[in-house]
Amino acid sequence: MGHDIIVLGGGPAGLAAAVAARGRGKTVLVIGNPWQDSPLARAERVDNYLGLPGQTGAELVGTFRAHAEELGTDFVTGRAISLMAWNGFMVTVGSQVYDGQALILAPGVVRQAKYPGEAEFLGRGVSYCATCDGMLYRNRPVTVVGRSKDAPLEANYLQSIGCQVTYVSAREPEGLDRAIPWVRAGKLAVKGDQTVTALEADGADLPCAGVFILREAVAPTDLLPDLETEGGFIRVDRRMATNLEGVFAAGDCTGLPLQVAKAVGEGHVAALSACEYLDRKQP
Amino acid sequence: MIHFSKEGFDKALEQGGLMMVDFWAAWCGPCRMLGPVVEDLAKQYDGKAIVGKVNVDEEQELAIRYGVMSIPTVIFFKDGKEIDRKVGVMPAGAFTQVLDSNL
Repeated sequence: MGHDIIVLGGGPAGLAAAVAARGRGKTVLVIGNPWQDSPLARAERVDNYLGLPGQTGAELVGTFRAHAEELGTDFVTGRAISLMAWNGFMVTVGSQVYDGQALILAPGVVRQAKYPGEAEFLGRGVSYCATCDGMLYRNRPVTVVGRSKDAPLEANYLQSIGCQVTYVSAREPEGLDRAIPWVRAGKLAVKGDQTVTALEADGADLPCAGVFILREAVAPTDLLPDLETEGGFIRVDRRMATNLEGVFAAGDCTGLPLQVAKAVGEGHVAALSACEYLDRKQP
Repeated sequence: MIHFSKEGFDKALEQGGLMMVDFWAAWCGPCRMLGPVVEDLAKQYDGKAIVGKVNVDEEQELAIRYGVMSIPTVIFFKDGKEIDRKVGVMPAGAFTQVLDSNL
C-alpha cells in the first residue's frame, strides 16, 4: 500500500514538507541519503535561521529530522534511480518500488555535469543501476565511476556476480574489495562505437563493455524528462507546483538563495499544495 | 500477456506482424515498475499487436542476440525486423506512439 505523498530529499525542504503534510493527516514517505551526508550537516555554524542562531548545521538538520520522525513520517534511505507517473507515482530505490499519489521534489542542488559520451551511450553500455544491469555484464570488463559513498559497495556487488571491475574515482574509496583495482582519475569520458568500448580516464583508455556511473543522486530532470527548468533550477509557481500534475518542488532545487529558511518555507508551501491537490482529487 | 521462451519468441517473430517485447528481470526495480504498464498495453492492443515479456535471466540468449545492455529495454518488431527500441522506464505514451504509427 502506497503513501499519500512521496518526498524526494531529506534536507530542510523535504523535512518541512513532511511535517506540514503530517499535520494535515497525510501519510508521507521521505526518500533520501543519510541526513548526516546533507550539505547542511557539514555547515560549522548557522546564524541566520530565525530564533535558533549559533547552531551547527548538523544540530539543525538533526532537530528537523527528529521533528518529522515524531510526527510519524516514514523514511527510506537510498537513492531514487527511476520514477514513473502511473496511477500516481512510482519510485525505484535499489530493487524496491514505492508508490504515492503526489510527489514533492526536494533533492537540493545536484551538481553534476554529465561526462562526454555519457548521455550518448546511456543504455548502450552506460548504466546508473548496478543491481539492474550488473547481470548483463557477467564475465565482462566494466568500470565503476564512484561519485557516491555507497559506490564501493555496488562495485563489490558487481565483482561478486562475476563482472571484471575497475573502480575509478578522484579520491581513495572506502570499503572497496581489495581484489578490485582502483584508478585515480578526475577527467573522464565515455568512448565507444555502437556500444561502449572504453572509459577514458585522465587521458588513458580503460577498455570495458560497461560503465556504471554512481552519483549521490539522479537529477530530477533525468527522473522526469518533461520537468521544466529555468537556468538549471526547477520552474515552480507560488504554490510550488511544477509544470507536471501532482509534482511539487521546494528548496535549493528551485533556485537561489540556497538558504535553510527559504527551503523550510518552500517545503511547507509545497506540502500544503500537495495536500490540496490530493483532497481535490479524492474528496 | 505472453512470457516468451526462446522458442515461443522465434515462432512469434516468424509469424510477422507488430510485436512489442519488454526485456526485464525480477531483481530490477525499474522493470517491476514498468510491468503493469506493459500488461495494460497487452490488453489495450489485444488482437492488433503482440505484447510480451522476456525474462533476461531465463532467456540470456535472446538478451545477447538483441544486445540488451540495460533493463528495462522494450524492443519493437515488425515483420520479424527490429523497428525501434526504448531503453529505461518511460511513460505509456512513448510505447503507444510507436505501436500506433506501425499498426
